Amino acid sequence: MTAPTPAGTAVETGRPESAAPERSGRAALVWRRFRRNKTAMVGLVGLVLLFAFAFLGPLLTHWSATDIDLVNTQSGPTGDHFFGTDDVGHDMFAQTVNGMQKSLIIGLLVALLSTGSAGLLGTAAAYFGGWWEKVIVWLTDLFLVVPSLLMLIILSPYFQGANWLVLVPMIALFSWMITSRVVRGMTLTIREREFVRAARYMGVPAWTIIRRHIVPNISSILIVDFTLNVGAAIVTESFLSFLGFGIRSPNVSLGTVINDGAQFASTDQWYLFVFPASVLVLIILCVNFIGDGLRDALDPNSTGASAR
Amino acid sequence: MSQNLLLPHSAGRSGEPARTEGPLLSVRDLNVTFASEAGDVRAVRGVSYDLHPGEVLGIVGESGSGKSVSSMAILGLLPDNARVTGSIKLDGRELLGLNDKQMSKIRGKDIAMVFQDPLSALTPVFTVGDQIVEALTVHQKLSRDAARRRALELLDVVGIPDPERRFKNFPHEFSGGMRQRVMIAMAIANDPKVILCDEPTTALDVTIQAQILEALKNAQELTGAAILMITHDLGVVAGFADKVAVMYAGRPVEQGPVDEIYYSPRMPYTIGLLGSIPRLDASGEHGRRPLTPIEGNPPSMVGLPDACPFADRCPIATEICRDSEPELLAAGGNAHLSACHRRADLQSGTIPIDEVYPVPEIPEAELDTVPREQRAPVLAVKGLRKHFPLMRGAVFKRRVGTVKAVDGIDFEIREGETLGLVGESGCGKTTTLLEILELVAPQAGSIAVFGREAANLSGRERLEMRKDIQIVFQDPMASLDPRMPVGEAIAEPLRTHGWSADRAAARVAELLELVGLEPYHAARFPREFSGGQRQRICVARALALNPKVVILDEPVSALDVSIQAGVINLLDELRAKLGLSYLFVAHDLSVVRHIADRVAVMYLGRIVEIGDVASVFRAPSHPYTQALLSAIPLPDPRKERERERILLPGDLPSPANVPSGCRFRDRCFKYASLNAAEQARCRDEDPVIVPRPDREDHAAACHYADALQVV
Repeated sequence: MTAPTPAGTAVETGRPESAAPERSGRAALVWRRFRRNKTAMVGLVGLVLLFAFAFLGPLLTHWSATDIDLVNTQSGPTGDHFFGTDDVGHDMFAQTVNGMQKSLIIGLLVALLSTGSAGLLGTAAAYFGGWWEKVIVWLTDLFLVVPSLLMLIILSPYFQGANWLVLVPMIALFSWMITSRVVRGMTLTIREREFVRAARYMGVPAWTIIRRHIVPNISSILIVDFTLNVGAAIVTESFLSFLGFGIRSPNVSLGTVINDGAQFASTDQWYLFVFPASVLVLIILCVNFIGDGLRDALDPNSTGASAR
Repeated sequence: MSQNLLLPHSAGRSGEPARTEGPLLSVRDLNVTFASEAGDVRAVRGVSYDLHPGEVLGIVGESGSGKSVSSMAILGLLPDNARVTGSIKLDGRELLGLNDKQMSKIRGKDIAMVFQDPLSALTPVFTVGDQIVEALTVHQKLSRDAARRRALELLDVVGIPDPERRFKNFPHEFSGGMRQRVMIAMAIANDPKVILCDEPTTALDVTIQAQILEALKNAQELTGAAILMITHDLGVVAGFADKVAVMYAGRPVEQGPVDEIYYSPRMPYTIGLLGSIPRLDASGEHGRRPLTPIEGNPPSMVGLPDACPFADRCPIATEICRDSEPELLAAGGNAHLSACHRRADLQSGTIPIDEVYPVPEIPEAELDTVPREQRAPVLAVKGLRKHFPLMRGAVFKRRVGTVKAVDGIDFEIREGETLGLVGESGCGKTTTLLEILELVAPQAGSIAVFGREAANLSGRERLEMRKDIQIVFQDPMASLDPRMPVGEAIAEPLRTHGWSADRAAARVAELLELVGLEPYHAARFPREFSGGQRQRICVARALALNPKVVILDEPVSALDVSIQAGVINLLDELRAKLGLSYLFVAHDLSVVRHIADRVAVMYLGRIVEIGDVASVFRAPSHPYTQALLSAIPLPDPRKERERERILLPGDLPSPANVPSGCRFRDRCFKYASLNAAEQARCRDEDPVIVPRPDREDHAAACHYADALQVV
């Protein structure tokens, strides 16, 4: 996750000669506070289970995502086809699980990359000022005014044959700008705070100050942005796939599966939509729970995470 | 000030107040409770007092003692979740229970208010004149013309020069002191019976504070109003109030005539407060009397037990203090009340007042015995200058002027020495500090640490040098990263300078103990500490690398007095123990008098007077120093009444527009008394700082320097 790289490594705990029972660095403290948060732990366990489901799920069925069961087209959920089949006879379970693999990776990686670069560029622009700032702000504005969809369509021929992972930088490239601007604004105020000045006068290097003092203090926005980006990336990916760019038939992603199933949402074949859509909801829910927990753990003002 | 004032009922109301007619404002058993998540916060618990016409009641207390809430209750300005019980009578009329519309008729007319922050109390989008006119026409039927005339008159009364022009100005065009004058003008606009002043001078510099208090006094004489003065500053109250109520944990714990409270306090909290303020008029050897801090922190106002709320911090608490809360009862004659179970012992002298608090031992520094000349200089600043260009224009920037923030200053700090750098806001203190801390070549002049020029350092050497020079900032909340556990914050300088995690952790524990905290506090976040503790943490961080010089930028001005004393003692003790040198920047001269060996007074980017503390304070030679010292209120009512105050006219000029010759001459009272030829010298010749002829370590930058005792 992008959320603050906990500063400094954990200071050794439980030194024999010290009377202090719990001396620990920020990383350990944040982890301890995170663990106290039940929903956050549910989210974390849920996400691990979803990953397990995505990568171990194929073992539960003998159908693969590309197999076509001509005998059982438009079948409802059965013992053989857990999530039913579509018009052609694709096994929805195999398709969902297969799509999840890609979507989970795309969602998390895109969020990591776009929130990460937004944080990096935003803080650097504000902290260093001068030419750094001019160039970064100019770049941000440029990406904001260029219609991203048009760019993607223009660029797509160059990536026709490429691996689907190319989608990750492509989507990230057009989703960092607004956060970056917000981050820059927040950094401008934090930069003037005395604790940042204090660190400078101690001789702490600039990037360490950014990592240790600035990023944790803007972590709320970064975490919220990250959790939103996961969902947004999965949806964007399906949209791009729809345009024939990225993941194309017979390969599937969660986005394409949901897209195909959407028209059946209110028909007898609801299962074509409901199952993959609930998986998407679960992914986003888990990521949000983790994000909330992390935000509370990092925020000393939250009461949720403090010891009682 | 205008003499022919057209106040409607000024006749018969000025002069000696008639005390026979019964109280003007009578508060009885006032209770204010706020509902909160954690339970009911009992912010005010049983406040009772009477205010007679023309009287000044000072309500003193630390933050959170309920002093502001109790006065907001009088105005009916508390939020909706406040439950107010008791009785507030103005001229016999009950105010509690009146609805907002009825209260609006009283607010601003019978009871007026002067707030702490005059910028947020004035509307930024209307001119000052319009706002006064509005205050007038809301309560009085006046024609526009009459209201305007009246407003101009009021501006004149409160001492705003050129009211005709200032009438049309917006609040942002006024300085802080001027805005507060406007607030006073608005407060007295309708000839109120009571003026509530909530920390009216806290946000202002001392010389401006003196002006404002003077303006308030004038306003009171003109209107004959009673004043309720809420403040944390015992000095302000001493000279201004007739009666004092000391509040603690939502209750008045001692109440009585001002002299009684100051000279024969009957409650340990009051005694503690008085003992914890550093005094300008301190006598004794070196002027240094250790301060007696009050240990601990005020209690939480949620679920207070039936015990004296001060018992945990009180050195003379006994069983009974923890079993029941003392009532506010008579403690000696003259309407002197005290809420203390041991008031009788304090009154009879069984417990002498000076012995209530143990006097802390401040160790003598070894270096103190070495004469100053034989000690090595640790920080030498010569001719330091920092000018900022003043730019105009959006696309094509052009230089339209120069802000001379620091304009050539010299000083030297020797081993084990504390130099106090004092001056009002905008005089260049902070710029000086920041220039020193950058450790690079200044625009002009030189900065040398241990004889090494900052200008010639390589990056690595500069990093090394940072070990030796550290800083403690003013606001302990802002200077600690709220998201970083304090252990990590203290370890930061250590880790930066390559200490291993193990060694750093051990050092953090050691440092926490050194500043009076516990090693297990390391895993907590700054917000879990009180202001005083946070400042201790900042001190610990500054000391982590065993620096030689610590720069203290107003280290105690954000703290309550009782807490402040503890931090000052700590700094004193650490200096002696570790042989530190301090550059102590402050606007509070009493604190500097207490802690510093030498003092430098800054005015508009220059040092105007420098020298040994005792010498400078006893015989200040520069008119500015004299005015500055005389402006500071002493927590001693009798001395305060006898003192002549030197009031400086106007505000600190902008450093972008420094007067020719002597930069102080515009405001100098001495300049005004000189003849034309002498004045010409002040106008044309910039005075240099020269040693005073008859003194050892004392220099002043004035053509006509002459000692004058003002304290």
